[in-house]
Amino acid sequence: MSEPILEMRRVSKSFFGMKALRDVDLIAYPGEVHALMGENGAGKSTLMKVLSGAYRPDPGGEIRIEGKTARIDGPLAGRAAGISIIYQELSLAPNLTVAENIYLGRETSRSGLIARTSMRESVFPMLARLGADFAPDALVGELSIGRQQLVEIARALAAKSKILIMDEPTTALSAGETERLFALIRQLRADGLAILYISHRMDEIYRLADRVTVLRDGALVGSLDRPQIKAETIIRMMVGRDVSSFYKKEHDPSAVRGRPVLSVVDIADGQRVRGCSLTVHAGEVLGLAGLVGAGRTELAHLIFGAAPITSGEIRLESRRITIASPHEALENGIAYLTEDRKAFGLFLDMSCLYNINLGVLGHDAGLGGVVDRQKARERAKDAFSSLSIRAPGPQVTAGSLSGGNQQKVLLSRLLAASPKVLILDEPTRGVDVGAKSEIYTIIDNLAKSGVAILVISSDLPEVIGICDRVLVMKAGRIAGEAAPHSASPMTQENIMKLATGMGELDAA
Amino acid sequence: MPHESSRSQDAVATRVAPSVAKRSSEEEKRQRAQVFIRAIGMLPVLLLLCVAFHFLSDGRFFTGQNLGIVLQQAAVNTVLAAGMTFVILTGGIDLSVGSILAVSAMAGLTLSKLPGLAELWLPVSVLAGLAFGLVNGALIASLRLPPFIVTLGSLTAVRGVARLIGADTTVFNPSIPFAFIGNGSLTLIPGVVSIPWLSVVALLVILASWFVLRRTVLGVHIYAVGGNESAARLAGIKVWAVILFVYGVSGLLAGLGGAMQAARLYAANGLQLGQSYELDAITAVILGGTSFVGGIGSIWGTLVGALIIAVLSNGLILTGVSDVWQYVIKGLVIIGAVALDRYRLHASART
Repeated sequence: MSEPILEMRRVSKSFFGMKALRDVDLIAYPGEVHALMGENGAGKSTLMKVLSGAYRPDPGGEIRIEGKTARIDGPLAGRAAGISIIYQELSLAPNLTVAENIYLGRETSRSGLIARTSMRESVFPMLARLGADFAPDALVGELSIGRQQLVEIARALAAKSKILIMDEPTTALSAGETERLFALIRQLRADGLAILYISHRMDEIYRLADRVTVLRDGALVGSLDRPQIKAETIIRMMVGRDVSSFYKKEHDPSAVRGRPVLSVVDIADGQRVRGCSLTVHAGEVLGLAGLVGAGRTELAHLIFGAAPITSGEIRLESRRITIASPHEALENGIAYLTEDRKAFGLFLDMSCLYNINLGVLGHDAGLGGVVDRQKARERAKDAFSSLSIRAPGPQVTAGSLSGGNQQKVLLSRLLAASPKVLILDEPTRGVDVGAKSEIYTIIDNLAKSGVAILVISSDLPEVIGICDRVLVMKAGRIAGEAAPHSASPMTQENIMKLATGMGELDAA
Repeated sequence: MPHESSRSQDAVATRVAPSVAKRSSEEEKRQRAQVFIRAIGMLPVLLLLCVAFHFLSDGRFFTGQNLGIVLQQAAVNTVLAAGMTFVILTGGIDLSVGSILAVSAMAGLTLSKLPGLAELWLPVSVLAGLAFGLVNGALIASLRLPPFIVTLGSLTAVRGVARLIGADTTVFNPSIPFAFIGNGSLTLIPGVVSIPWLSVVALLVILASWFVLRRTVLGVHIYAVGGNESAARLAGIKVWAVILFVYGVSGLLAGLGGAMQAARLYAANGLQLGQSYELDAITAVILGGTSFVGGIGSIWGTLVGALIIAVLSNGLILTGVSDVWQYVIKGLVIIGAVALDRYRLHASART
């Protein structure tokens, strides 16, 4: 093997005396995909922020790039050293064009004026190389998340990066977009880039990684080479214990034929949802799969009253209802967990206490709308113990928790109102392995208690692992159903066929 | 075998390992310290200013009479700034409070001259303020217009209405009822301690605001809307109602401010009264540490902010600084104080 492009030796980082990283070593070679794994809070992101210059490491460690000691004391220095980072939350300016974003901060100028034309022209081959199907002067805000990510990668390539850090790049991508991204990553690897890849998804690690390094509690646990990569080994390294059953499905599967709670008949919004019907039964976990852009979230928004319905009807316990706002949906016992908890779910500056109680404060309130603080504390305490939320206390802000705990805080807000119907949109996105399996258990227990649950997910093993049956959406319509003991069993292949429309070709 | 999950699980259980308890309490302590620093905010700056002016003015600042003057001068701005706090907490802005103050004072004074209805001037001027505030709120909530634009418009339009009411003249009423509010004092210990009624009103407004913001569901919803409007809507909060409420409160308190001015001056002029009061109110809120994007802030900070402005004006007069330089110094102190505050918060908020 060639010389390492990156050597991190004894890197530590502490915040207020708390060690977030303890003497971590990391070595990466050009032309390899090096996966970095560990539970949330294990220190992966901190390590990558140290590498990219967002954090300064404690003295004592060393970072060598191409054999030379590098002083990375800021994001600019990181970029100059050939390191680019693509964050989970994309950091593009939505109001600027693709070309402007790619050159953001490094605009080519001709005697002080921005050289727009030359910038545009130099972007063309770059986009072609990435297989992008959009123009340099498209507005970034109008591109899908997958395409925006291509812009981020193009930006890294334009900066002549040698080390590319990707922090959970596929969380927001559809299956098709993920495939394209993987092909691109392989191409970049062949071009000699070192790719540091953070992910919680085991299948991605199998498919991409040449090496895996596992962190736990800020310390290095170990590295595995390609032949040694096994899910059980990695999970044991990550959590320090065996994970016997990951997905959980103990609730009664015959609920599928039970009492219908929510029925949606041919609803549409005139744009992305073009006539969908479905029924969720009490105690059933119904999956809703499909590619990103198939209209799953939009359908959920229609049911939840977050967007106006143009046709069709909603029945709750066989009674026809109209839902004009989320407020009315909640009053009818329909709760919705957003796919983007930071943008549409949590109040990050607010305490966990209020985040959990927000939906029921009015219900609990005394005379004149005075908050019943005793009751609120009790509810928060219950939520902390029943969902095992790990936080110093209910008074800390939601923004200071890890992704998994934030998700549990948001979930407990929905559960506080004891909903009859629960719509969960990507319930485990950006959540670590431990919290994932806990969320599966919560979903399973809710189904046992008779809640009708609709789970939207792009993670196919998850859908198959926790749902009783799966509806697949394609281009705004329900393309079909996959269910056990049916003509179309619940397999990844069947779901993908329905989602992409390949099945129709077979039939024809 | 310490690892992330079991370790923090312990933190939930009652029995905790010492190191865990320490780590948890450190985080909670850190956040509590942050909340505390935010809450006391500019208080040290205020005290420092008071002491400095006391020495610079040869001991004329800390006298009963002068403190009474400061409190009285701070009163109207405190009331306006309390309303402004509600608005800014939702991420909005209300530029029209000075004009609403003027229109309320004009309406009140005009009514107070009508025999038989004179006593009604006080509630009418407050309600006039409420009405204009609700119009602002309705335009912002239902038409989804930006608050800056809507209230910039009403800043001008309502000023026009204020001039219309008195046919563009000054309205006098030397025998206005409830004049004691503007000029009298509440005696606490006869001959020793008394507080101007204007300040009593301002303090009551602050207490009521604190109660609404910190103890009621509506208060939590106000912080929620300012913190994340889309999330608030999806959480089932009637965002439009919250918006309507905060602009209503801002208008109502501007109306109250108008009544206070009318009672103090026995007169009002639609053109001059309340000119650029909105800027002092906004300054007080920002000095008080309330985030301009909404969701973070406290009413106590606003009170301190309003007092800083009053102490500055008073102290600069006491020390004999010329009128022209007063402007320059006031502006610089405001920028400096906020810069200091940001620096402190930044230092304590780093994670």
